[in-house]
Amino acid sequence: MKILLNNREEYFDKESLTINELLLLKKLSFRLRIVKINGTLIQKDSYDNTYIKNDDNVQILYLMSGG
Amino acid sequence: MKFSEIKTHLSRFRVGIAGAGGLGSNCAVALARSGIGTLVISDFDVIEETNLNRQFYFADQIGRKKTEALKENIERIGSATRIIANQIKLNPDNIPLIYSGCDVIVEAFDRSDMKEMLIETVLTRMPGIPLVVGSGMAGWGNNESINYRMIDDYLFVCGDESTEASQDMPPMAPRVGIVANMQANVVVEILMKKQ
Repeated sequence: MKILLNNREEYFDKESLTINELLLLKKLSFRLRIVKINGTLIQKDSYDNTYIKNDDNVQILYLMSGG
Repeated sequence: MKFSEIKTHLSRFRVGIAGAGGLGSNCAVALARSGIGTLVISDFDVIEETNLNRQFYFADQIGRKKTEALKENIERIGSATRIIANQIKLNPDNIPLIYSGCDVIVEAFDRSDMKEMLIETVLTRMPGIPLVVGSGMAGWGNNESINYRMIDDYLFVCGDESTEASQDMPPMAPRVGIVANMQANVVVEILMKKQ
């Protein structure tokens, strides 16, 4: 499938991925973050049962301390 | 467009700022100078000496409440901006009440868990209100790493999204100021498009 991840096209040789699978694959599982799929905020407790599919627009915002 | 016209347009709006530290204090100053009508600023903290390397406070204000001191400092600029200062710790229950009626909200916290809490609260409980987040600005140098990203019509991010503040990577005036002013710039852009 092809998805838009933070405005960049990314290809995966799978039909779908859960959010946690995507975060593990991209080695992004350790940070605090906000995930939106096609404009909808995904709650943290749904990361294992929310599937990312072909053509989805996935936006991950990393939250770093400091301000 | 002349600045006087821009100021008149911006005077009709109300902007919420969550946090009055490095991001919040500097962003508030830029927005007041731009002529925003009302700023709703919330923070529970008092000014410490270590804040003075980046926050818009003065040595003789150490120990005072940030919101109160910031209101005074902004009023000294002489802009017509009205400041509503709330000495309060923000949480998912009070955020929708405190920031109701705001045209844009600025996330200006220091701690990443607080940033997460605010974003989740605004996105779920205040849908349709644009939120401008600052994430990743500790340290110095690397101008080219500081980005601006529009996630969608309601969520905007300023910062490098990768630098974590720590003892060896402290937040400092130049980069914190850049991000705070980028956030203010996004707010002005959103409001200039709004009728």
